Amino acid sequence: MDKPKVDKTFRFPTCMEEMPLGPTVKAGILTETNAGWRVKRPVIDRDKCIHCLICWTLCPDGVLSKELEIDMDFCKGCGLCAHECPKGAITMVSEVDGQ
Amino acid sequence: MISKEAHSLFLNGDEAVAHGVRLCRPHVISAYPITPQTITVERLADFVADGDLDTEYLYVESEHSAMAAALGAAYTGARPFTATSSQGLLYMCEMLHYVSGARLPIVMMNACRSTAAPWNIFGDQRDSLSQRDSGWIQIYCENGQEALDTIIQAYRLAEHPEVYTPVMVCIDGFVNTHTYELVEIPAQEQVDAFLPPLDSRHKVDFANPHGFSVSVNPNYHTEFRIQQQQAILKAAELAAPIDAAYKEKVGRSWGGMVEEYRMDDAESCIVAMGSAVGTIRETVDELRAAGRKVGLVKVRYFRPFPKDYFAALSGKVKAIGVLNKEISFGYEGSLTTEVKAALCGRGPVAVCGYHAGLGGRDISRDTIRAVYASLDRLLAGEDVNDPNYIDARW
Amino acid sequence: MLAKDLTEKEYIYGHKACPGCALGIVARLSLKVFGERTVVAVPACCMSATTFMYPQISYHVPAMTLAFPSTGATLSGVAAGFKAQGVDDVTVVGFAGDGGTADIGLQALSGAIEQGQNFIYICYDNEAYMNTGIQRSSATPVGATTTTTPAGPCSTGERTAKKNLFEIAMAHRIPYAATASVSYPNDLVRKLEKAKNVKGPAFLHVFAPCCTGWGFDSALTVEIGKMAQKCGLWYLAEYENEKVTVNQVAKDPEPIEPYLMAQRRFKHLKAPEIEAITAWRDKELQKVYAWME
Repeated sequence: MDKPKVDKTFRFPTCMEEMPLGPTVKAGILTETNAGWRVKRPVIDRDKCIHCLICWTLCPDGVLSKELEIDMDFCKGCGLCAHECPKGAITMVSEVDGQ
Repeated sequence: MISKEAHSLFLNGDEAVAHGVRLCRPHVISAYPITPQTITVERLADFVADGDLDTEYLYVESEHSAMAAALGAAYTGARPFTATSSQGLLYMCEMLHYVSGARLPIVMMNACRSTAAPWNIFGDQRDSLSQRDSGWIQIYCENGQEALDTIIQAYRLAEHPEVYTPVMVCIDGFVNTHTYELVEIPAQEQVDAFLPPLDSRHKVDFANPHGFSVSVNPNYHTEFRIQQQQAILKAAELAAPIDAAYKEKVGRSWGGMVEEYRMDDAESCIVAMGSAVGTIRETVDELRAAGRKVGLVKVRYFRPFPKDYFAALSGKVKAIGVLNKEISFGYEGSLTTEVKAALCGRGPVAVCGYHAGLGGRDISRDTIRAVYASLDRLLAGEDVNDPNYIDARW
Repeated sequence: MLAKDLTEKEYIYGHKACPGCALGIVARLSLKVFGERTVVAVPACCMSATTFMYPQISYHVPAMTLAFPSTGATLSGVAAGFKAQGVDDVTVVGFAGDGGTADIGLQALSGAIEQGQNFIYICYDNEAYMNTGIQRSSATPVGATTTTTPAGPCSTGERTAKKNLFEIAMAHRIPYAATASVSYPNDLVRKLEKAKNVKGPAFLHVFAPCCTGWGFDSALTVEIGKMAQKCGLWYLAEYENEKVTVNQVAKDPEPIEPYLMAQRRFKHLKAPEIEAITAWRDKELQKVYAWME
């Protein structure tokens, strides 16, 4: 799954020479995940799934791949995919007690 | 077609600025008309219509948008230009901070004009001086020739890799913008040799995308501001070398941040910026001829402020009159404050702040003679009012 | 192209918007349509506050934040800058909220459309100043509770009707304008593709339900948008060649009450207010039906 990842090599500047030129900074850098936001996680039943890709289209965070893998580093557990799936193939399961 | 060779034209200050801009080959001009800057934007439009300037001329619907469009263009690596005055400068105030904090090398001409209320279209410096904290380099010009030359110097300064700070070229409304003098237009070749094409470090690069003007939280905000301050202070070091390089390529020099006139054995002097300097020069010559030991300090760069120069001035003169074409309400003239602060604790010198020319009131030789007379009284130990409204009716 | 056939590459990722936020849908789909040679300009709004916090920048294309009123003008400047340098295979797009478009940004948008440079302006409309804490904007519908139009014994919430940005864009004779919705992604993608190919300004007004500000579960963003469409409070239309095409509108609109009561911001409304909003809806729909004749 080819999703952008947290850049573990990123280091904040330690002196003026390492500062960027004003607030112009390299794009696409992620320094933290959003996983901690989640109270529920989506679970996909691949037998029910018809590959319509509605979930992939609508995910506000783009964490699904077209193969229906989910990037759990950045899924916020909003439940939009589960609600919109026409076949009910996605269930939101609690992170706390698994229900 | 305008000649590409060096030649002279009889121009007003606004037109001189327009020629300076033309020679710098800006990619994008975005400006909104406001008296007394209008002739600059009109002349630039003429240049485009006549084929003398190849640029994208944007007719924006406000000054705020003029600077926003300049910012947008700057991020594509283009060289922008805009111009404004007074109400327009205040309207784009937010964008001034934005551009300087973003470290974009934009050059703008400001036709210095008073700010409403009361409504007034004439020249004084309260508009530009009210923006002295905005992070822009501010250069004040004495006449149209200097304005043309300073526009060209301003681009080189702004685009210097250790500066990347926007520059405001200030020229007094009406008394400079609308008065005529013989102006020498450099050859395009001379300007091209002095000012190379812009290779901006903030340019959009699809192969290596960047976020521009990003948010910075308390964790690193201070360091970005220190960096910004270091860059504008770097301009202080570069003012004289850039002027020297201009002299080498074009043949004219205006000095660095400050110019002294007949200061060698002066006992008293006036410190001033902008159009009044010309009148003060002539008055100094007149008074010197009558045996008075007077001099003039022309402040060219108000930001960064030439504090080192003024710190040393206390050893040279006994009385300093700071001439302000503005007043910072609740205190005194902004130039007075800067000069006094730089002199603070440095040694005995009497300083008095004078105000003249507010709202475009003419600063005549009589006005200047009155200032020097007041400085004589100050030297004699008499009380003079500070601030002193030397040209007030009562 | 259908939305599902868009590239799998994500051009915006890891942003800090609320779970279920419609702007994530708008931004992802837009950038997939526009591709790598896109410059994004975003004023103060949810879209910038959640994507541009040093050093974490969620975009994978060049992107800039702007002063709040300046989106239209900055887009003009970017487009003009590229044009002046002979760069022409670039998409210049601005994403602004309803406040930054209908209120503080309206003047600059008007000027930018008139100037006619090549850019796309996408207003994602969550019907309030959500980024700063759910304050009303001129796009807030009548009766909505916001933090500056709170419902209470002396108030039924927002007093004035929503500004129609689509008609404002039309009045400028813009080359292309459209209304769209995150609930209808294929329609949105089709319109994004059209906007990309327009020579000159294009304006998209996208309905973007906000779970945090409107008060509904984060999973219901798309469903709420469909309810709005079905009860005639939103419609899908396009304006090009100075003509309107209505793509989809409720011909037999459903009652608005279930839509209103599904959101915390309308829960305080009683029958008289609901009747008034229904009457307003009916009046506005007449205009849309007239376009279809």
